[in-house]
Amino acid sequence: MSDSAIEARSAQAETGLSGGAGSRRWGETLHFAVRNPKLLAGAAVVLGLLLLGLVGPMAVGDEPNAYVGPQSAPPSGEYWLGTTSFGQDVWAQFVHGVRATFLVGLVGGGMAALVGMVVGFTAGYRGGLVDEVLNMITNIVLVLPALVVLIIAAAYLEARGIWLQGFFIGLTSWPWVARAVRAQTLSLATRDFVDLARMSGRRSYKIIFREIAPNMSSYLFMTFILLFGGAILIAAGLDFIGLGPTEGVSLGLMMHSAVSWSALSGGLWWWFVPPGLGITAIVGSLYIMNVGLDEVFNPRLREL
Amino acid sequence: MRRYLARKILIYALTFVAAVSINWLIPRLMPGDPVRTMLGRGSAGDPETMQQMRDYYESVFGLDEPAWQQYINFWTSLFQGDLGISVWLFPRPVSEILLAAVPYTLALLLPSILLSWIAGNRFGAFAARSKWLDNTVLPLGYILTATPYMWLGILLAWGLGVVAGWFPTAGAYGFGTIPGWNWTFIWDLFLHWFLPFASLFLVAFGGWAIGMRNLIIYELEAEYSTYLEALGAPRKLVRRYAFRNAVLPQMTGLAVQLGTIVAGALLTEIVFGYPGLGNLILQALNNRDFFLLQGAFLFIVIGVLIANFIVDVIYVLVDPRTRTQMQGSAA
Repeated sequence: MSDSAIEARSAQAETGLSGGAGSRRWGETLHFAVRNPKLLAGAAVVLGLLLLGLVGPMAVGDEPNAYVGPQSAPPSGEYWLGTTSFGQDVWAQFVHGVRATFLVGLVGGGMAALVGMVVGFTAGYRGGLVDEVLNMITNIVLVLPALVVLIIAAAYLEARGIWLQGFFIGLTSWPWVARAVRAQTLSLATRDFVDLARMSGRRSYKIIFREIAPNMSSYLFMTFILLFGGAILIAAGLDFIGLGPTEGVSLGLMMHSAVSWSALSGGLWWWFVPPGLGITAIVGSLYIMNVGLDEVFNPRLREL
Repeated sequence: MRRYLARKILIYALTFVAAVSINWLIPRLMPGDPVRTMLGRGSAGDPETMQQMRDYYESVFGLDEPAWQQYINFWTSLFQGDLGISVWLFPRPVSEILLAAVPYTLALLLPSILLSWIAGNRFGAFAARSKWLDNTVLPLGYILTATPYMWLGILLAWGLGVVAGWFPTAGAYGFGTIPGWNWTFIWDLFLHWFLPFASLFLVAFGGWAIGMRNLIIYELEAEYSTYLEALGAPRKLVRRYAFRNAVLPQMTGLAVQLGTIVAGALLTEIVFGYPGLGNLILQALNNRDFFLLQGAFLFIVIGVLIANFIVDVIYVLVDPRTRTQMQGSAA
């Protein structure tokens, strides 16, 4: 469930329209960063929720699924977001769920970025047969619907954790990164400074990490943010059909139980509104942050 | 152009082989075997009957042969349209169950994909026109596209279904209505179809609008636009060129996004209890019916491949560069 904004991003990268910040100084980037309202607003929401996910679970205790209160109680001073039809505290579940959401985004996004970069750099720099084969694999994984593959993978596993879920999500969502990184590497690999490094006899991986990667660092950073959001949405989808972590709680699992225990017809809106709102807030802010970053890194967009 | 299509067809063929092979592995790698599940349901007492039943089921599911033979059998039966027998709805064939569900999934998918793509592109291009519009549309688009499909579905079902009572929230038609080609039934079908469609449309719409808006801005910043403007070309003409150039990456986007839109439709179906493939997958999972799961997977992959191929063909027809490039490299 990554989105078309992601694809548009990679399409721009493929045509080489994305600006690089490699040559500019960090001071200048920072100067524009602290003046960009989109970046600041997005970052504020994301950091606020991250803080909630870090601190919240400590405040509410380790048992988000414990039966603590009255059943189906609406939000009140004692139970901030009300209780489920089993008497579980929705607020406690929510803060634990936010933590799980950030974790799955980090693991899934990190894994996808890693695989995508390794494949993209190798294909773009090596070229030839290596490129052909890697391209083929990338295209195959790209066409297979990730969620369906994940459903099958998740259905195999008797015990599932957030780490494993993130790992599998990462393994299925790297292809468009690989394609974009490959395209940029191809154009950079023929530049003079790369030729010079090659002639001086440096090893390929050193050239990739010292000469090529820094030139697309801003793009790679933005890609990671989008992968982070995409992984969160995929995880929510898996959790929703009951293939989430077998222990603990997540925002997707909250929606799953709300729907399976007919919170809709019972009018328990406080059970299913907060988890979806949490996901939308995190992912939406990440996307808006990304637009801001784009304007910071790409001077042509700044004057708009 | 022929080379371009030949390459694409090769990719699709390989993807298909990979998908079928993954598919074949499913019931063989899974924990606990399907035959035991069936036996558990029959719960026959004495071991002799148990063994007989086991042999019977193993031959029904073709599990009594060596693995390579099973793999070849799988391919042959696949081309005969035979996807095996469902465990959940034993002894109905999987292909029959799937074919009953596919029309519902298509009825949700086709309109939501096409309409959201067209409307999103128009709207996104429109939004890139003024700063005021951009500042209101942009955040809204990002929030829509960040919304999990099923959550928007839940909200619509609750708001417009349960609270307002305008739309039914489950099934494809009411219990009281008798299926048939009369207006009462069609209206009933439409009412049940509308909310799942709306949730799919809105999320995808946000994504396309944002994508188009970004692309148009990049195109208007491009050198040819500045050049055209410097020549004194009317803004309308510049925008038309920008739109044409921006639509191409959006088509690539459509091909790439197909898989995720299908996934979104599966989740939405589950929210609304819509009797399509998504619901079948859920039932297959709950009943550990891996033959049905594998059939549904195959169906979806074939559908996505066909749709991708259509997008690729249209792409060649629309983009003259693909044609000249390919002819050039072939010569």
